[in-house]
This record gives sequence, structure tokens and C-alpha cells, in this order.
Amino acid sequence: MSTASKARAQGLQLAPAKNYDWKEHFFHLLFLASAMIGVVSVATIGWFVFQEGLPAFKEAGVLNLVFGREWLPPALYGIFPMIISTLISTAGAVIIGVPIAILTAVFLAELAPKWLADTVRPAVELLAGIPSVVYGFFGLVIIVPAIETIFNIPAGNTILAGIIVLAIMILPTVITISETSLRALPPVYKEGALALGASHIYTVFKVLIPAARSGIFTGVALGVARAIGETMAIIMVMGNAPAMPGSVLEPARTLTANIAMEMSYATGIHSSALYSTGIVLLVFIILLNASLLFLNRKRSY
Amino acid sequence: MLQDKRIFNRDLQDKLLFGAIWAAAAITILFLLWVVWHILSNGLAYVSWEFITSSYTRIGEASGIWAMIVSTVYMVGLSLAIAAPIGIMTAIYLTEYAAPGSNVVKTIRFCTESLAGIPSIVYGLFGMTFFVTTLGLGFSILSGSLTLAMLILPVIIRTTEEALIAVPMSYREGGYALGSSKIYTIYRLILPSALPGIVTSIILSTGRVIGESAPVFLTAGMVTQIPQSVLDSGRTLTVHLYKLTQELFTQHEWDQAYATATVLIVLVLLLNMTTKFIATRMSKS
Repeated sequence: MSTASKARAQGLQLAPAKNYDWKEHFFHLLFLASAMIGVVSVATIGWFVFQEGLPAFKEAGVLNLVFGREWLPPALYGIFPMIISTLISTAGAVIIGVPIAILTAVFLAELAPKWLADTVRPAVELLAGIPSVVYGFFGLVIIVPAIETIFNIPAGNTILAGIIVLAIMILPTVITISETSLRALPPVYKEGALALGASHIYTVFKVLIPAARSGIFTGVALGVARAIGETMAIIMVMGNAPAMPGSVLEPARTLTANIAMEMSYATGIHSSALYSTGIVLLVFIILLNASLLFLNRKRSY
Repeated sequence: MLQDKRIFNRDLQDKLLFGAIWAAAAITILFLLWVVWHILSNGLAYVSWEFITSSYTRIGEASGIWAMIVSTVYMVGLSLAIAAPIGIMTAIYLTEYAAPGSNVVKTIRFCTESLAGIPSIVYGLFGMTFFVTTLGLGFSILSGSLTLAMLILPVIIRTTEEALIAVPMSYREGGYALGSSKIYTIYRLILPSALPGIVTSIILSTGRVIGESAPVFLTAGMVTQIPQSVLDSGRTLTVHLYKLTQELFTQHEWDQAYATATVLIVLVLLLNMTTKFIATRMSKS
């Protein structure tokens, strides 16, 4: 016998059954149900992507697919060249973009006069919101021809063009988050260092940047995620050849571009191979987030 | 002597780093100005009332973007109509109902974070198989909006949550002390005072919807007609710019591409200014 019925048997009433109670209950359940939609979405996406990608893994074998060097649907589904292209373009964008972005964040948080910082910051925020096709278009009309001229090659649609466009695209993300974390530091850090006789620049590089490290890591990780996930700008400037690139002056196709370019006409195993491309992409994002967790946990004290 | 040398070196090092910071900031600002300036200076001249309000044909003189504007507006409206109520109610659940730190909260948080981390092309992949094929919605504004609704859900949840958390506890206490029910307190006291934050979250998501292209052309297609209903295919502004860049042969096509890019930048600028305006009004009150 449940508590409620036991209570009723003893002639007690547990809760007053008023109308508004029902209303409260209804809304509570409604809000909970809404909150579950996010959970269901993730589950559905995860289930679908793996379900659809599995046949290609079965057909070609995980190793053949991941390390295969030839992409010739419907015969060969090797995505290794795309993995390499994704890694090179992302790494290049990080090597060029991140130092510039962190130094700019230092500029905004520490060096710039207030009026200048207040002018530059909205500009940086505006750039974060510009659609990626616009960056791709800019790359196509400015950077691609420039590479053709400078390196004297027939086509400027190369990994290098992709690297430059991605470097510009990750700037706003890394700058905004790094600046916020630099500004969030307690003022005593700076005051203490300056009181000990350290110069302003020394304080910035030896005290403030190390102290804001976890925020800066987060900014960089979001920048890397943006670079890995970027699709349209890359399609527009990188040439899209699904072959193993020999240098940064050759065309290449990233994982995201592979999906976007062929999905609209792919069927059967071909379509499944694109899903497995998506799985590899997700694995990269998961590894990125895991390494961020690791870095921030290890050194935060 | 030795000490003098060290001080000199440190001075030099300081100056070099100081220079590096200024140089980096200059590079950032110049690059960013260059992107915007290049697009606007080449595009503004071609943005006219006629360009905005006339239709587009692949071959021929008609080159307007009205159909793309209509598709984009449909897309924004429908995605928000789907995602905003769900997102806001999720945020209400997380801040007002769920026990902080409970497993339910942890699960919901984890899933929201995961949704935010999935690359947009994977949404496109999923949307194309699930909404377009499995549910049989076809390449349509509806398929696109459902896909984008999933994509903007984390933005709405997170920003609304922050706005709700910022509402002082005393509002809730005051509401309950006067004998109002929980739902009444939320509806009449908490939501109104969190409204600027909620509006901000919606503007941010509008920007996301306008800016996305890869998941859009995989789910909503790229037909250049004005969509008659949400079950029609449509081409958004970003997808249009992408298609235009694949056909840059005549000067006329270049002008169209620049003009479309200009319209997109102006839209982003307007959205940014609206958020700024709300933020300043919020900090005043």
C-alpha cells in the first residue's frame, strides 16, 4: 500500500488538491519535456550519424577507410588525404592566427587607451558575425589571385589560401575570449607584480598571460573547432582535389568539404562513406574538447 | 657593469614585445578593415532598391535578390519559432526547477554542450537524411529550419540561462511572499526582467541562421523562386553568394556577388547594433 493510500485509509489528506497545483505540475512537466528535446536531439544525431556511417566502415574496413589514400567513389573510399588536409589547414591557421590574436587581446585588455579599445572591440565582434561565405568570397577574389602572382603558380586555390582565410576567421573568436579572460583576472596579480618592480610588459607575459591560461586555451580550442568545422570558405578557396597534397601550394579537400561537395548526389555506400567522414570529424572535435579539459584541469590551481 | 647590461637587455626585450603587441593589433585591425572595406567599396554602388526587390534568373538580365531575402526571412522566422520556445523553456527548467548539480541538469548541460560542438556540416548531413529523406519533408524551408533550430538551440539556452540567473533572488522571494504561485512568479516577474537577455539570445541566433550556408543548402536546397510555403525549397542569401561565386565570368556577375556580400555585411552590422542598443539600455535600468 502506498503512502498516499495508507494516509487516506487513516482519514488523512496529504496535500490540498487545489486547481493551481495541477497548473504547477503541468508547467513543470512542460519545461522538463522541453529540456529533454536537447537530449533527444543529441541522441538522434549521434545514432543517425553512426548508423549511417557503419555500412561504409563494414564494407571498406575501418583502417582502409581512415588510412586509405584514394577517394574514388564508388570503388575506393580512403579519406586519409582529407584528414591530412584538415590537420594541415587547421594547424597553419592556428600557427598564424593564434599569436596575432593573443597579442591583440593583450593590446585590448592592457595597452590600448580606452577609446581605442572601445572602437576596436565592436569591430572584432562584427567580424565574428560575418558569414563564412563572405570570408570565402574575400579569399577567392583577393588571396587566391595573390598566391597565384606571388608563387607564380597556375591556380591559387591551395591549402595556403585556406590557411590564410581560416587564420582571419579564427581571429575574432580567440581575441574575444582571451580578452575576457585577461580582464577577469583579479587586479592584485598586476598590482603585486608591478609593486615588485616588474615592468608592465614583463608582468603581462610572465604573470597575466599564464594566469589567464585556461581562458586563453578555451579561446584557442574554440578557434580550432571553428577551423576544423569550417566548410564553405574552404570549398571556395582550397581547390577541393581529393588527392594527397604534396605541399601547401597544392589544392586539397578537407573532411567538411568532402561531405558538402558530394552529399547532394551520393547514394548507398557512397553516402555512408560521407557519414563516416562525419564520424571522423566528430572524433576530432571530441579529442579537441578532451584535450582542453585535460589542459585546464592539469594546470589550474 | 653586469647589472647594467641586464637592465639594458630587459629594456630592449620590453620594447620588442611592446612593438610585437602593437604590430599584432595593427595586423588584426588592418586585415579586418580590409575585408569589410573591400566588400563594401565594391558592392555598395550596386545595392539599389531594384537589386533588393527584383527577382533573379540564372540566365538573363534579372539579377535581384528578393527571393533570397524572402527565403532567409522564412528561415529565420521558422527556426526561431521552433527553437526559441524550446530553448527558453529549457533555460527556465534549468534555473528555476531543476536541483542544481543533479544528474538531470548534468545530462542536459552535457547534451547542450555537445550540440554546440557539432560542426555545422554534420547538422547538414543529419538534416538531409532525417528531415529531407526519412521524414519525407524534401528540400524545403521546413527541413532547413528544423536543422538550424537544433543548431541554434544551445545559443538560446545558454544566453537565456545567464539572463535568468542575473534576475535577483529577491524577485522570486517577493513573488512567493505575496502568495503567487511559482509559474505566476516566473511569468510575471522573472521573465519580464530577463527579457533584454532573452531578446539578445534571439538576435544572436538570427545572426547564426543568416550566416549558415553548408547545412542550409543540404536541407533547404537552392531554388531561386520565392517559396510559396514552408514545404517549398528556397535559397538563402549566403547560399546565393556561394552559387554566384561559382559563376564569376562577367562583370555583371562580379557586381552581383559583391552586392550580395554587402547586403550580408550590412545585415550583420544592423544585428550587432541592435544587440549593443539592448545591452546599453539593460545596463542603464
